[in-house]
Amino acid sequence: MAMIDEPLYPIAVLIDELKNEDIQLRLNSIRKLSTIARALGEERTRKELIPFLSENNDDDDEVLLAMAEELGVFIPYVGGVEHANVLLPPLETLCIVEETCVRDKAVESLCRIGAQMREQDLVEFFIPLLKRLAAGEWFTARVSSCGLFHIAYPSAPEALKTELRTLYGQLCQDDMPMVRRSAATNLGKFAATVEAPHLKVDIMSMFDDLTHDDQDSVRLLAVEGCAALGKLLEPQDCVAHILPVIVNFSQDKSWRVRYMVANQLYELCEAVGPEPTRSDLVPAYVRLLRDNEAEVRIAAAGKVTKFCRILNSELAIQNILPCVKELSTDSSQHVRSALASVIMGMAPILGKDATIEQLLPIFLSLLKDEFPDVRLNIISKLDQVNQVIGIDLLSQSLLPAIVELAEDRHWRVRLAIIEYIPLLASQLGVGFFDDKLGALCMQWLKDKVYSIRDAAANNVKRLAEEFGPDWAMQHIVPQVLDMINNPHYLYRMTILHAVSLLAPVMGKDITCSKLLPVVINASKDRVPNIKFNVAKVLQSLIPIVDQSVVEKTIRPCLVELSEDPDVDVRYFATQALQSSDQQMMMSS
Amino acid sequence: MNGGDEVAAAPAGPPQSLDWKFSQVFGERTAGEEVQEVDIISAIEFDKTGDHLATGDRGGRVVLFERTDTKDHGVPRRDLERMEYPIGRHPEFRYKTEFQSHEPEFDYLKSLEIEEKINKIRWCQTANGALFLLSTNDKTIKFWKVQEKKVKKISDMNLDPSKAVGNGSIASSSTPKHCLANGGSPDRSYNYLGNDFSFPPGGLPSLRLPVVTSQETNLVARCRRVYAHAHDYHINSVSNNSDGETFISADDLRINLWNLEISNQSFNIVDVKPANMEDLTEVITSAEFHPTHCNTLAYSSSKGSIRVIDLRQSALCDSHAKLFEEPEAPGSRSFFTEIIASISDIKFARDGRYILSRDYMTLKLWDINMDSGPVATFQVHEYLRPKLCDLYENDSIFDKFECCLSGDGLRVATGSYSNLFRVFGCAPGSTEATTLEASKNPMRRQVQTPSRPSRSLSSITRVVRRGAENPGVDANGNAFDFTTKLLHLAWHPTENSIACAAANSLYMYYA
Repeated sequence: MAMIDEPLYPIAVLIDELKNEDIQLRLNSIRKLSTIARALGEERTRKELIPFLSENNDDDDEVLLAMAEELGVFIPYVGGVEHANVLLPPLETLCIVEETCVRDKAVESLCRIGAQMREQDLVEFFIPLLKRLAAGEWFTARVSSCGLFHIAYPSAPEALKTELRTLYGQLCQDDMPMVRRSAATNLGKFAATVEAPHLKVDIMSMFDDLTHDDQDSVRLLAVEGCAALGKLLEPQDCVAHILPVIVNFSQDKSWRVRYMVANQLYELCEAVGPEPTRSDLVPAYVRLLRDNEAEVRIAAAGKVTKFCRILNSELAIQNILPCVKELSTDSSQHVRSALASVIMGMAPILGKDATIEQLLPIFLSLLKDEFPDVRLNIISKLDQVNQVIGIDLLSQSLLPAIVELAEDRHWRVRLAIIEYIPLLASQLGVGFFDDKLGALCMQWLKDKVYSIRDAAANNVKRLAEEFGPDWAMQHIVPQVLDMINNPHYLYRMTILHAVSLLAPVMGKDITCSKLLPVVINASKDRVPNIKFNVAKVLQSLIPIVDQSVVEKTIRPCLVELSEDPDVDVRYFATQALQSSDQQMMMSS
Repeated sequence: MNGGDEVAAAPAGPPQSLDWKFSQVFGERTAGEEVQEVDIISAIEFDKTGDHLATGDRGGRVVLFERTDTKDHGVPRRDLERMEYPIGRHPEFRYKTEFQSHEPEFDYLKSLEIEEKINKIRWCQTANGALFLLSTNDKTIKFWKVQEKKVKKISDMNLDPSKAVGNGSIASSSTPKHCLANGGSPDRSYNYLGNDFSFPPGGLPSLRLPVVTSQETNLVARCRRVYAHAHDYHINSVSNNSDGETFISADDLRINLWNLEISNQSFNIVDVKPANMEDLTEVITSAEFHPTHCNTLAYSSSKGSIRVIDLRQSALCDSHAKLFEEPEAPGSRSFFTEIIASISDIKFARDGRYILSRDYMTLKLWDINMDSGPVATFQVHEYLRPKLCDLYENDSIFDKFECCLSGDGLRVATGSYSNLFRVFGCAPGSTEATTLEASKNPMRRQVQTPSRPSRSLSSITRVVRRGAENPGVDANGNAFDFTTKLLHLAWHPTENSIACAAANSLYMYYA
């Protein structure tokens, strides 16, 4: 046993703990691997630390994961890129472990190192590693190998390139679906590095294999490949090879594959370009919108606006709009909800007339939907329609919908509609708001559920911001302050909260003249909870009002509260006094 | 060896009846030894290669066995099979390891005790030399990894470990004391290192890495994932998908789909729960994925039907793609008809074309392409039919017998009472129907075909031997002992070898 100098003691502990029984300590040491490496020096890191780590492959997954991550940035500690290859063996063993996240991290680190390695080192070390993994006995090695081809390929000599392409082709036909899935996932990345002639022949034939795979989970991933490959191919090749595949996928037996197509549709359209989209993908998309499976319709409905944006308004009205009408009365509430969340965006695409004629009836029917999420989704996007047709046409239907949501028995629904009130107010204008919605906003302050009262207080503040202090003085402040006399202390507390939020918006004059007296009055409340909330509110008012007011009104009140029989009231009053002292010191 | 007339009647075409021999027993009961409830085996499963066997018991333990006869010599098993060894070449297993998979729990929300009993075990894809399996009790599924780990013996530490703990080896003594002594305030010391300490360019020669001296290994089972809180009712099945990434779990009313890597969410794919529980007439009894088609799944019900569903059709598969049901024979209805029609287990044949089902009295083989009725029906213990009333009264009628098929799909097997199990040939023209007893002498008892009653001496001697605990003898002199039932058995995937559980003992036979 060596004698260790005092300053080395911590690093010695760190090294010893690489093999400690306690996983937390091992993890800690692994995370400080760079420190250990610096202490050992570059040469011993290469000759001792790295081989040591290579043998450490049966540790717990958490430790292996940390190790895989650390090794990815280890090039500086082994002496720079010319020694980068020493990092490959430990990462190679990590590429074979069973835990997916460890393997993924090891592949990521290998890619990071490979991207920095010198070309001759890649050929000498990285490519052999890749070949070993690709021919690995366990599927885990083969899964990992798929993610490394795009790093190795560009540096490989011609003969080796052919071999790598063949190897990838074999992985695409592996016995294990896990390997084929990994090959499908990484095909786009690999294809991006392959030369155009080979892309058209070799890669496309691999892609073809994957698109015909028996396993749904493999075909599913090939859908994403369509978009990636489409961007690499010449437009005419894309139309010739990718487009038919997309159309086929959109009619796949498996709903999960069709769901993927519906989900990726926009990317797929981008890949094939606008013209083929109009001619071939519109029918495919219409089929998806009318799919038997609700999940597919949900995905498709959610893309309706994005898709229409690629089309001209005429095509959209002709082909898509009829489907949209059907979807608005779909049997699945989730489909209607997905539609409602995007349909308002169609208004600018279709233009004013078509919107009034075609879309408005759909909006109105969705606004009356039995499922609150659908109504909420429409209301949340109101501004988009407002720009096109103005709010007047909608407002008559809006009000009942809002009132119904405002009184929904599920508090989450009420909460959601409160969030949209400032938006509605800005869209509908002061006049409409005064007449119809003002009362609702006051009603929420007296809701049974705390979250609603809290949101209502916030809402009052946002309205004051939206319409200005003058309006607020007329339309909300008096009503709010009235409620301070509510017999229930929880409602009084809500008002105090609202006051503290309103004060910064209203400015110091109104705060002093209207808000402060109410708060001061409340300090005489019989409920201690109100009193210590008064202390808190007063503390928040100190920066807003003039020093003289603090001295004359706030401090005396706080002093009184600081002698309250209740311990909590005393505590918060003292806190407020202290903060007021600080305030004074800072300003003086 | 076999019921004499059957051998004689067998035409040349169908395969010969098998001559079953005793191979091994694990956990054999000695005479008079009482069986502990927790030791009773409740699940048996071979892995895909047949090199490993797992059993689960009522005590929540999983025991693994590994095959020994193929590992000893370098010749690959395929060659061995071709060489046709005359005798002695049959699968032999040895105890590998065991672990506690489930513990008894208490659901405080529902005030329910959750037993630790293992209901099902399923092997998953082997990776990197580690074994993986799913085990489930009534509520919770667990994903286990069993792997050889190096036993660490560390030497050459930087710090004298004797100073720290007064012990020769730090690693082998799991003392938190050591950590406290040296790493008491690790954060402070590490920060100090990171910020202020500058290392010389050549490094510090006095530091050294720990050296692992021992290369011994031992088997460690680690629970990798727990799939919990997804079932309101008791889980009866788990089954892996051929895609290698998903599996299903089935309870009385629902089937859920999981991804092996994701334990906090599952998708409900079948829900037979009626809006009003009073309308409940049928429950799910067993479910299994097709061995190769990732989208096909079969489940059986308490009404004796098997439904095959296609996961490609829709996300919620409440409507089946195919329904297999045997039309009730007119006039045969009795009080017990519905109870004994309940299917206790279904298994896909290896090629995925046939489904074997077990109800109380019969084994039925179904062709997935023919939904008008089973292609074959085998009577398991027809002599019990007159006794159904007794079986109902002592609840035996609700026993859930499992069934299994041979790897080549030519034979089927299932258990019965008195530790008997039966093997039937299901190739066209085969009349093979063998009765074996889970004991060291499996052929000791031959079942009496009801049509030709004859006394069997051996069965009488058996009655005498077990007379005390054995309540009855049927009209043919056959003893039936309802307490010794053979519920669980499994057929080796590639060879004619059967593992079956008689209470706490695991018996293995080969032919």
